[in-house]
Amino acid sequence: MDIFLEGLGRALQLIFSFDADLMAIVRLSLVVSGMALVISAILGLPAGIILGLKSFRGKRLLVALVYTGMGLPPVVVGLTIYILLSRQGPLGELGWLFTPRAMVITQSILSLPLIIGFTMTAIAAVPAALSQQLRSLGATQRQIVLTLLYEARAGVLAALIAGFGAIISEVGSVMIVGGNIEHKTRVLTTAIVLETRRGNFSLAIALGVILLAITFSANWLLLHLQGRLDPRQ
Amino acid sequence: METILRLEDIRHRYGQRIVLRVPELRIRPGEIFAVVGPSGAGKSTLLRLMNFLEKPTRGQVFFHQRAWTPRSLPIELRRRMTTVFQQPLLLNASVGSNVAYGLRVRGSRNGKAAIRQALEEVRLAHLTDQSANTLSGGEAQRVSLARALVLNPELLFLDEPTANLDPGNVKLIEEIIRRANAQRGTTVVMVTHNVWQARRLAQRVALLYDGEIIEIATTDDFFHHPQDPRTRAFLTGDLVY
Repeated sequence: MDIFLEGLGRALQLIFSFDADLMAIVRLSLVVSGMALVISAILGLPAGIILGLKSFRGKRLLVALVYTGMGLPPVVVGLTIYILLSRQGPLGELGWLFTPRAMVITQSILSLPLIIGFTMTAIAAVPAALSQQLRSLGATQRQIVLTLLYEARAGVLAALIAGFGAIISEVGSVMIVGGNIEHKTRVLTTAIVLETRRGNFSLAIALGVILLAITFSANWLLLHLQGRLDPRQ
Repeated sequence: METILRLEDIRHRYGQRIVLRVPELRIRPGEIFAVVGPSGAGKSTLLRLMNFLEKPTRGQVFFHQRAWTPRSLPIELRRRMTTVFQQPLLLNASVGSNVAYGLRVRGSRNGKAAIRQALEEVRLAHLTDQSANTLSGGEAQRVSLARALVLNPELLFLDEPTANLDPGNVKLIEEIIRRANAQRGTTVVMVTHNVWQARRLAQRVALLYDGEIIEIATTDDFFHHPQDPRTRAFLTGDLVY
């Protein structure tokens, strides 16, 4: 029990001392996961909308692939990207291995199926006849899609929350493609693993508390936004 | 005969099943035209084809003397017609915001007075700021009607507008439809299984049975001198689909 209390005390101490190394790790964690979330949202929201609205040949297979992707093992994604970006790999010339770019790519791949899947479910839950009603009221196709997205806003925000939650707390893939290099690719999760291996349990717990605080704050912000967008609340 | 909307040689299928066969149907400007028929006769499908929400498997729909499809119909023409569906399907927003929707998508920013007037017409102005989720069935249908009327459409389609409503709401909605037609000159095409409502509101009535128009006549002729035995059977409640 003492070790947890010590870790909590250390966490507070680290936060309020604005330790430069810690701030760099926190900043990189937020930048990598934030960029990955933006990329997967840009690709995943339209894909989720199309899957939620349209019927087409092969849709069932695509949906099955998305659901499979929602349970992708991070280490497998990390390994695949590692092979692609390694010097002998097909994308080796880019020189992205052990850089934050490689970490953004793996995290984007991990959060993309979550965002597609949750968005698809949210859009599909809006009554199908609503599209016809909106068209009949004079809305263009673009206006219809935006209205449906707004109607499904609670589910769409849940998609973003799920996507962010999955990648900010992920360690396997960023460890493989980032390498946990100090001042370069070290993020909160890989730092926790390192300090645990070193036996610095109180520091590892402190980093864990900070990670939890960041995840909680991000979710609180999104939930607050969800509440403000929902006229029933 | 002057027409605003014309259906020609329509045949519509869902899978292998032919659900609608209409060689010709003309809607006259300024009239209230009612399509009656038992449930499952194809009334709602007919309305969706007329509002260019679905493309007929075969045949053409003319609006203002030109044939269009849901894809080819220009947005300016689409915005001259609207449908009030049987299910109100309101947005998860306030009553006022729901009524404003059609104006908003048209880029109109000065619709406050029109929204207020439309809500007053359906006697719901006091609920403008209330969430649409809290409305009763009758109130929701009246909001749906206000949302259509605020657009001042040239052509208004009504799909069973008073199904499952209490007599008070039915009377009020019928008054609103009559007023829109008389004062604004709105052409109204309504489908209903309620023959008495068709008799109260329409100038012409058609019987749709098993996807085919059996008889079209003025309201007086339809009810007093029906030509087809199936029309007579429907009016006496002996025609079951």
